[in-house]
Amino acid sequence: MRKSRQRLWMVGGAGVILAAALGLMLLAFGDALVLFYSPSEVAAAPPPAGERVRVGGLVEAGSVVRPDQGGALFTLTDTVATIRVSYDGSLPDLFREGQGIVAEGHFDHDGLFQASNVLAKHDETYMPPEVAEALRAQGVWQGNEATAEAGE
Amino acid sequence: MIAEIGRFLAAIALVLSLVQLMAGWRAATAPESGLAKVSARAAQTATATLAIAFGLLIYLFIVSDFSVAYVAGHSHVDKPLFYKVAAAWGGHEGSMLLWCTLMTAVGAGLAAFGPKADPGLRLRAVAIQGGLQILFLAFLVFTSNPFDRIPFADIPVQGADLNPILQDPALALHPPTLYLGYVGISAAYSLALAGLIEGRGGRLVAAAIRPWAIGAWTALTAGIALGAWWAYYELGWGGWWFWDPVENASFMPWLIAAALIHSAIATQRTGAFPGWTALLGLLAFSLSALGAFLVRSGVLTSVHAFALDPERGMWILGILAVLAGGGLAVFGLRAGKLGEGDGFEPTSREAFIGINNLFLAVTAGIVLCGTIYPLIADALGLRSVSVGAPYFNRTATPMMAALLILLPFAPYLPWRSGGMKRAAFSWRPLVWTIPGAAAGIAVLMMGGSVLAIAGAVLGGWAIAGAVTDLIDSRVLAHLPAKVSAYGRGLAHAGVGLIALGAAADSTGAPEVVRALAEGETMVIGERTIALADLRRADGSNYLADQAQLVVTENGRRTGVLTPERRFYVAAEQNTREVDIQTTWSGDLYAVLGEPRQREDGSIAFEVRMSFNPMTWLLGFGALMITLGGLTALTGMALGRRREEMA
Repeated sequence: MRKSRQRLWMVGGAGVILAAALGLMLLAFGDALVLFYSPSEVAAAPPPAGERVRVGGLVEAGSVVRPDQGGALFTLTDTVATIRVSYDGSLPDLFREGQGIVAEGHFDHDGLFQASNVLAKHDETYMPPEVAEALRAQGVWQGNEATAEAGE
Repeated sequence: MIAEIGRFLAAIALVLSLVQLMAGWRAATAPESGLAKVSARAAQTATATLAIAFGLLIYLFIVSDFSVAYVAGHSHVDKPLFYKVAAAWGGHEGSMLLWCTLMTAVGAGLAAFGPKADPGLRLRAVAIQGGLQILFLAFLVFTSNPFDRIPFADIPVQGADLNPILQDPALALHPPTLYLGYVGISAAYSLALAGLIEGRGGRLVAAAIRPWAIGAWTALTAGIALGAWWAYYELGWGGWWFWDPVENASFMPWLIAAALIHSAIATQRTGAFPGWTALLGLLAFSLSALGAFLVRSGVLTSVHAFALDPERGMWILGILAVLAGGGLAVFGLRAGKLGEGDGFEPTSREAFIGINNLFLAVTAGIVLCGTIYPLIADALGLRSVSVGAPYFNRTATPMMAALLILLPFAPYLPWRSGGMKRAAFSWRPLVWTIPGAAAGIAVLMMGGSVLAIAGAVLGGWAIAGAVTDLIDSRVLAHLPAKVSAYGRGLAHAGVGLIALGAAADSTGAPEVVRALAEGETMVIGERTIALADLRRADGSNYLADQAQLVVTENGRRTGVLTPERRFYVAAEQNTREVDIQTTWSGDLYAVLGEPRQREDGSIAFEVRMSFNPMTWLLGFGALMITLGGLTALTGMALGRRREEMA
């Protein structure tokens, strides 16, 4: 086969695959991105019910309820606004009252956040960056960002 | 004293790497001069020096010398010996020492096994490898020295202990294996850059790169598999792959190294894609370094998130800029020198390898975008976002699926000319369809989604393709070709097994979480789980509650699961020890969560149960890929020996 024909095939094939990949990525970026909301942001403009989002804040002291059958209910706060969170799974070991956590899930129609995953870091001085940022915005948190223990 | 010797040895290795670089560079233009030998000796001595330094670090851990900051931060007097040793590479500083040790070993390996017939290319590659060693050794010595002492007054008596979730056999082996891959691929970088600078033909460079690419990729596969296995049974999340940034960091070089293996074979055989093969060599190691940056800098909010240190991050970012920037600049200037390959038809094997490479490279690009997008959004001051599994599942998965459709055809196509009309080949796709359809129907019966069914069909199809390839290689080929063809068949079968395993695994029922007191039961699928007993099961450095979960299926007792909840005293940290009952049909997976006091005063423990169908397929697949890689390497070594004897 002539070189020019061969080049045409290669460029054409690459173009088709790249176009398909770009199309898939744009579609996915349109609605598979998960936005982060602080409690104040939720209070100001709540995301639509059912949309997958992340929320984060401090676990309000005394707010954690553990029903007899399992799961947990708790309140996240940035000291200005709060979000009530329901979680059916098993909370991470480092989940504690007063600690910063991030939860991923969606709001139901009653405004209760149904978490499908709760993230707490393996370090009690750790503050998730989004939470630190959100708290700093409220003037609450002055500490440094995560200076956690190294090691993999 | 020992620590000071270790620190001194690391500095010596840095100087030796400089000698290796300068002597090798000069010798490349005058291979007959004594400098060639100097360069090789420098590489070997640097390797020995760092190996001794690493041995000293292990010794410091064994004797629990807590006057060394790194030891104090990662060990404890009560820790079992095995984990004292493993802690030597369990943290950042120690793992960087391991990285540098492997890097110098690759330099010595290039000097010993690099292209014999072309000393110019070999010496240039050894010199460039010396340059890479300098970059990472400087990082080690100036920012991450594992031999740093702590002030006398601050020396702890017992040590802070290694993060308990890292005290695990699979995870003890995971970093060295992964690093073998990350660092092994640096040989491809050095050889590609040397080929570009020397203006050597692409075929020669590709032949030199190939064994390193196969070896490094095999180690990456094994390392990633160990990590996934660890995540599965140690983190207790019930999954094995989360599209977590740390996982993506190892997946990207894996994809590019896989592409590199294929393109290097095509370039070596027919001279096709010479520039592309060199480019992949440069990219594969650059992505390894990017992976190190992502994991080590803490710029990503990873659910693993082990290391957080902006200063080290900036260093690695600088190294990365030199690696990728320098490599690509040389590539841009010199790519034309590699020559052009022979022509080929659109249905030849090269053409299919080209398509394979496009899919693999595009997938790596997709993963890269998803992994660093949150960083870019953050840098631009946009809203804080995270890119989770749905993005990757909807972009990377279709690319991999397309790859699987084409996979079985390629080994049957001839080089250069079109081969679709070959008579012997026509009935095989029919044979491949049968296991594909059977797997698809099986997953349909298990209640799989459309995506899972498609995955199963493609998995069965690819496995069948690999099996016919293995049988045909036995019948058709001669010995040296045959051994590496076996490697190909095994690796391809492994890829199919992983697709099938992922499809089957996705049909698992959602997990069930219940708080159980002694004597209470919960139901998952057809199984009833009863909490029969709670007992203490303390270890040398932890306290533990252990649950006895009795499993009954259709009224018959089928086993007892004993998940634990541990408290590591020195680290003041709780962990969960998963227990898994593995059968052919799947894994019954039990996690013991937090205790809670009920209103009536009784204590109930959270028990989380899930059933993960046929998870063993995934491990089996990873094992087949690893075996395939080792087989291909053996084949190449046999071929080399034959050449030398002839």
